[in-house]
Amino acid sequence: MTRFSAFELFRQGLSGQAGWKPQWRSPEPKAAYDAVIIGGGGHGLGAAYYLASQHGLRNIAVIEKGWLGGGNTGRNTTIIRSNYLFPESAGLYNHSVKLWETLSQELNYNVMFSQRGVMMLAHTVHDVQVFQRHVHANRAAGVDNDWLTPEEAKAYCPPLNISDNMRYPVLGAALQRRGGTARHDAVAWGYARAADRLGVDILENCEVTGIVRNAQGAVEAVETTRGRIRTPKVGVSAAGHTSVVLGMAGVRLPLESFPLQALVSEPVKPVFPCVVMSNTIHAYISQSDKGELVIGAGTDIYTSYTQRGGLHISQHTLEAICELFPQFRRMRMLRNWGGIVDVTPDRSPIVGKTPVPGLYVNCGWGTGGFKATPGAAHTLAWTIAKDEPHPINAPFTLERFRDGFLIDEAAAAAVAH
Amino acid sequence: MLLITCPYCGPRPEIEFAHGGEAHIARPQDPSSLGVEDWTEFLYMRANPKGVHAERWRHLHGCARFFNALRDTTTDQFVATYKTGEPRPDLTAVTA
Repeated sequence: MTRFSAFELFRQGLSGQAGWKPQWRSPEPKAAYDAVIIGGGGHGLGAAYYLASQHGLRNIAVIEKGWLGGGNTGRNTTIIRSNYLFPESAGLYNHSVKLWETLSQELNYNVMFSQRGVMMLAHTVHDVQVFQRHVHANRAAGVDNDWLTPEEAKAYCPPLNISDNMRYPVLGAALQRRGGTARHDAVAWGYARAADRLGVDILENCEVTGIVRNAQGAVEAVETTRGRIRTPKVGVSAAGHTSVVLGMAGVRLPLESFPLQALVSEPVKPVFPCVVMSNTIHAYISQSDKGELVIGAGTDIYTSYTQRGGLHISQHTLEAICELFPQFRRMRMLRNWGGIVDVTPDRSPIVGKTPVPGLYVNCGWGTGGFKATPGAAHTLAWTIAKDEPHPINAPFTLERFRDGFLIDEAAAAAVAH
Repeated sequence: MLLITCPYCGPRPEIEFAHGGEAHIARPQDPSSLGVEDWTEFLYMRANPKGVHAERWRHLHGCARFFNALRDTTTDQFVATYKTGEPRPDLTAVTA
């Protein structure tokens, strides 16, 4: 596999950039693997990469029913931040941000991580109090977060409308400067390429249809549309379909799957310097490197697996965007789409073991899983390899619902990501 | 936007409704005798099926009453709506 570098780019340029080869193999499934990851998004491919690079498991496979990064990895609004309220969350999300900071170098693949700052707007007295509490909690937990006045917020993001005649005027903002965005496809492709180089088999167009357990109840094999694959360990990173996949092993989960919509505008020159989110009026916006404004909304109100939602949800979001940024009123929207997000009762993920020996799960990321891709993948790989939780994902067990140790991030995570 | 048939008011647009989660989860008759696993099941575990789902809806901006619905989560199509307290319609009987 060719290592990417400026010199290699120049060398390929001499032959018209026509010499590039596919960046990962398309192998036939083997009869058996030491571990199998279900789900070829960033989380699953990342787990395979860390299993291979940090835990020495090379005989592993990633099974994807469609194409790599075709689920929520390719459908989200790519926002990365770690300004969650509770110490457990700060540990997990900040672990991710730290991994993001060196990910391009580690994978030798430019994931275009841009720490342009994530600004969360406060529109009511309650917002102000909650966000200031977040700022203090974050700083105590070692997560950067600053409180801005409306004038400071406008200085950081000049398109912002801070006039006081809005329906929900901006009363202040919390700014995490280390937050930002990354290129979503590149995350899946970068992990896939790096994992493939370490010997991981990536099996696309291969849907899991069953999980086979032995007499002791432990995982023995997975049935797929490309045949039975024997394996003692299965990690599931199937996002909105996790309930379906774990149902094959008889495991019930505290998950409900909702459609979450996003949309992009026509591409324009750089007009938007950072990420702005407003939980109160349900909108978040940034500008991609292609120039499109990337806009996200809240979830639809009903559970669904359709990967689409009602247009009135997008309309509601655009009304908020147009009020916050009046200059975008005449922008045309190019595309909108939906992804299926698995939401837990406390809006925190489940990463770890299941009641079935050899079966591990990484789910419940709800509306904000992209930001956690490296951290979730890294800790899941640890748990699969050692059959015990990493200290960072230890609080995020399935048993916390039974034992009453919820990590209730609804205030930080219920609406926007 | 979905068109939802309230069993009391007839077909109305989705924005008049609130979604109430999975239907037919009865509160335990004798809560104090319930074990921790059963409480977990009652409070948190959900079917989340890919296919026909029994769920509660509330006609919030209409009659404000709760009712139940069968909806296919792969198409969002409503199969049936019925009043709270009525048993889940037997779909095999409907199609036969």
